[in-house]
Amino acid sequence: MSYLKPKFRHPHLPKNELGYTKTEYEGSLSTLCAGCGHDSISAAIVQACFEMNIAPHQVAKMSGIGCSSKTPTYFLGNSHGFNSVHGRMPSVATGASMANKKLKYFGVSGDGDSASIGMGQFAHVIRRNLNMVYIVMNNGCYGLTKGQDSATADEGSKNKTGHINPFQAIDLASLAIELGATFVAQSFSGDKHQLIPLIKAAMEHNGFAFINVISPCVTFNNNVGSTKSYDYVREHIAATSTVDFVPTHDEITTTYSEGEIKDIAMHDGSIIRLKKLTNDWDPENRLSAASAMQNARANGEILTGLLYINEKAANLHQTFKTTDIPLNRLTEKELCPGSATLSELMKDLQ
Amino acid sequence: MEPTNTRDPEYYHKVVDCQYACPAHTPVPEYIRLIAAERYSDAYMINWQSNVFPGVLGRTCDRPCEPACRRGRVDDEPVAICRLKRVAADNKGDVTERIPQGPFKPNGKKVALIGGGPASLTVARDLAPLGYEIHLFDEQVAGGGMMRSQIPSFRLPETVLNEEVDFILNMGIHTHFRHYVDSMKDVLSKDYDAVFVGTGAPRGRDLKLPGREEGDANIHIGIEWLASVAFEHTHSIGKKVIVLGGGNTAMDCCRTSRRLGGEEVKVVVRSPFEDMKASPWEKEDAMHEDIPILNNHVPKTFETKDGKLIGMTFEKVEAQYDENGKRSLVPTGEEPVFIEADDVLIAIGQVNTFPWIERDLGIEFNEWGMPVVERKTFQSTLSKVFFGGDAAFGPENVITAVAQGHDAAVSINLYCEGKDVGERPSPLTNLIHQKMGIHEWSYDSSVVNDQRYVVPQADKSLTLRDRKKEVELGFNPEVAFKEAERCLNCDVQTVFTENKCIECDACMDVCPTSCITFTDNEDEEELRKKLLVPAENLTQDILVSSTLKTGRVMVKDEDVCLHCGLCAERCPTSAWDMQKYLYNTAKAAV
Ligand SMILES: Cc1cc2nc3c(=O)[nH]c(=O)nc-3n(C[C@H](O)[C@H](O)[C@H](O)COP(=O)(O)OP(=O)(O)OC[C@H]3O[C@@H](n4cnc5c(N)ncnc54)[C@H](O)[C@@H]3O)c2cc1C
Ligand SMILES: Cc1ncc(C[n+]2csc(CCOP(=O)(O)OP(=O)(O)O)c2C)c(N)n1
Ligand code: SF4
Ligand code: SF4
Ligand code: SF4
Ligand SMILES: [Mg+2]
Repeated sequence: MSYLKPKFRHPHLPKNELGYTKTEYEGSLSTLCAGCGHDSISAAIVQACFEMNIAPHQVAKMSGIGCSSKTPTYFLGNSHGFNSVHGRMPSVATGASMANKKLKYFGVSGDGDSASIGMGQFAHVIRRNLNMVYIVMNNGCYGLTKGQDSATADEGSKNKTGHINPFQAIDLASLAIELGATFVAQSFSGDKHQLIPLIKAAMEHNGFAFINVISPCVTFNNNVGSTKSYDYVREHIAATSTVDFVPTHDEITTTYSEGEIKDIAMHDGSIIRLKKLTNDWDPENRLSAASAMQNARANGEILTGLLYINEKAANLHQTFKTTDIPLNRLTEKELCPGSATLSELMKDLQ
Repeated sequence: MEPTNTRDPEYYHKVVDCQYACPAHTPVPEYIRLIAAERYSDAYMINWQSNVFPGVLGRTCDRPCEPACRRGRVDDEPVAICRLKRVAADNKGDVTERIPQGPFKPNGKKVALIGGGPASLTVARDLAPLGYEIHLFDEQVAGGGMMRSQIPSFRLPETVLNEEVDFILNMGIHTHFRHYVDSMKDVLSKDYDAVFVGTGAPRGRDLKLPGREEGDANIHIGIEWLASVAFEHTHSIGKKVIVLGGGNTAMDCCRTSRRLGGEEVKVVVRSPFEDMKASPWEKEDAMHEDIPILNNHVPKTFETKDGKLIGMTFEKVEAQYDENGKRSLVPTGEEPVFIEADDVLIAIGQVNTFPWIERDLGIEFNEWGMPVVERKTFQSTLSKVFFGGDAAFGPENVITAVAQGHDAAVSINLYCEGKDVGERPSPLTNLIHQKMGIHEWSYDSSVVNDQRYVVPQADKSLTLRDRKKEVELGFNPEVAFKEAERCLNCDVQTVFTENKCIECDACMDVCPTSCITFTDNEDEEELRKKLLVPAENLTQDILVSSTLKTGRVMVKDEDVCLHCGLCAERCPTSAWDMQKYLYNTAKAAV
């Protein structure tokens, strides 16, 4: 088995504005099972960061435990990373972000990691609107521990052993909307056309950006009867819209002939351009997004695309009025304001 | 675009760039793997089947395979294919038993071969085992043609040549050496069932300039002079030598001169250095032996004093190119340059002459005095007469002569059996699974990063003293192994089975050289543009699947595929498989 990726690349690989090719955004050769949906998501992250001209050293990858949480080894090999404890990625990410808000935080988790052991952390990081991208690679099972049903497995779904899940599923995207997440999207590992622009938009979002990506576990949950298999997902997918992400400095060149176009302006001037496919849905209206989700579920559809966005809410740093300077760069000058200032402060507290 | 027809034997053949480019279609990666496995005799035999002279070619081949080698498109330099062949030849054991051994059961047919160069010898090698009685005529004292008379011993030791020529002659060939054939009519009047003409391009071009006659004693035609050295008639040359010409003959002339007493040997060419016909490595070898190459010098006169050559004058020019890239050499207007010389060697090209073929026999010649020969069958306009090698289409090289010899032998055999020579037999092909276990392949799929290894040379203080001392020492087995590992195994094909694919994208994501794209179908031109990296190298095919479940197609650009097998390793359903493609051109005898 190959454990190293050959060094040679296509001699005409395109370069981005930083002069990097996609290679500079790759990680080591994956050790996940061949065909695992998680690898496709890693590839989408690589492509999105390349296209966004992100400097790799400006990114920190945070993850918990699981096959999904292993993936940061397989993308952005030149970035920072922290592979934390099962379900505890959000608090580690919060701490890191508090220490240095200049980095882009890229959280990767699994359905087990987020919807079971990490559920409390998941809820609170949403509530606080931490400025980060949070991707759940959702395969409806605990892949790493050999495929036990997870909390996102659909009721009635059959796993590889033939066991039928008796419990209701936790719908992470609906839950995120409910908890007040300011960017919620859903996608499928097998649809990079949709996933890549969503990741780009998530990276530009001011606040917490959640993407629930259905990502088949080929080894334990890709059987007939599973609702998280490649075939099942492809048959039941319905998109809210087609998604284009248009960075600030690009002109909008794509033209649409039919359907309703909706442009959503991001805080930095970039635009998410949606060609709506679903009626009665307004991505900037929480109620409408929530009901679109409920309707889709009632119809047995998996709704993908951008579901909800709110660019105006304050993120955690804005709420806390944190300093722009990374904590390790603060000097005595900023940290010890002097006895005069301290006495002023003390007055308030007396 | 229509799905690719991989059943066409040429599709996968083309992916093996080196083999496809080799005129004899030698299965290169197959023998390179055998060298890595230290199975030198097996590697030798693979070569011998295809190119008949592995020891000769491993030292002297023009190597059309190397510029074609895939490694050169992803790395700085191609695999040293040619010099690896030499490793097989140098380290082989006794292979005589594996060479067809006579006496063969006669088939009652008789064939005459005129000329004993590589073309004729290949025909002999292919027809003798089938029971043909073969008569080979050559005016030289031994077989080998220009491999013996022209290629100097410091590049090709006589022992190496003799061994490989003898493999063939020992098959019971009736040789008639020192026999110049002076009439085709005579030959045709004998009871030969077919005649093969492999007489090469035996005459060197002369250069008629003022002073040519007065200086004649010290002005020599390059190829005549080289032959005279090879056959030990000439043993020395003056201290100051001018070699005219920029091809490989000029390189052999100047290097031979250095070994026969030439101290100030200069190569003088009309063209710019880059446009010279000589292979880059031959120019390097000449310069390494302290031979300057003066370019942009057009010869004007031979200068003599008291009836003896004293040098030459040249006009300096510069190359100018018009908008079509056509070159003209324009005088710079500088003073003519005089260069002293005791001897001048003219190496400005070879011509074919057939004074011995009467023109009323039904063998047609074209306006340039070349026989009219059918490109595929090598048949002349007189159906029992075939041409091959330099005699057929002008001067080329040994491997081309061999390839044409194989094809001509197929034709002669068909002809003698009363069959249509145009009905060519198909190549032998085979596609074999390389899986040895989960993610285990029968070949070294990992891609090494090593740069091309340099072949060591003997010190020039030794080689310049003895014209027979071989300059190149060849790779030792350790370095040969490392060089062999650079080969990408392009014959191990990526074979795609559409109905197994679940479109998980794993192969597309993992491919290090971004060869694989899943996309909507288009016509070829559009499809090539739409790939992850556009497929701009039009000499390389794209592999297109039939329509997949989602309505897309899988498109693989063959151009820079590393044959690393990662697509097949990452595929959950074995929709990709690594399969070794064997391709052997059809030959008259195995
Ligand atoms: C100086 C020089 C260096 C070269 N170096 C290389 C090299 O490094 N690598 C390479 O691949 N190629 C090289 N070549 C080219 C190569 O030698 C020829 O392309 C090749 O030998 C052609 O083979 P052939 O069988 O067609 O004819 P030849 O090898 O030319 O053999 C023809 C034979 O026919 C004989 N003959 C001709 N007319 C008659 C007749 N009427 N009766 C009887 N016998 C006759 C000749 O004596 C000769 O022996 C070189 C050529 C030259 C001139
Ligand atoms: C504290 C703790 N509890 C349990 C485990 C065992 N464990 C490892 S991975 C995993 C579930 C992972 O599932 P998920 O997050 O969906 O990842 P996947 O492998 O499916 O991508 C569990 C329960 C652990 N490593 N640590
Ligand atoms: S066990 Fe499942 S989730 Fe884990 S790597 Fe394998 S296919 Fe992917
Ligand atoms: S890499 Fe090997 S198989 Fe491929 S073209 Fe070069 S020599 Fe031939
Ligand atoms: S890895 Fe295999 S199954 Fe997956 S897309 Fe490629 S060929 Fe199809
Ligand atoms: Mg999971």
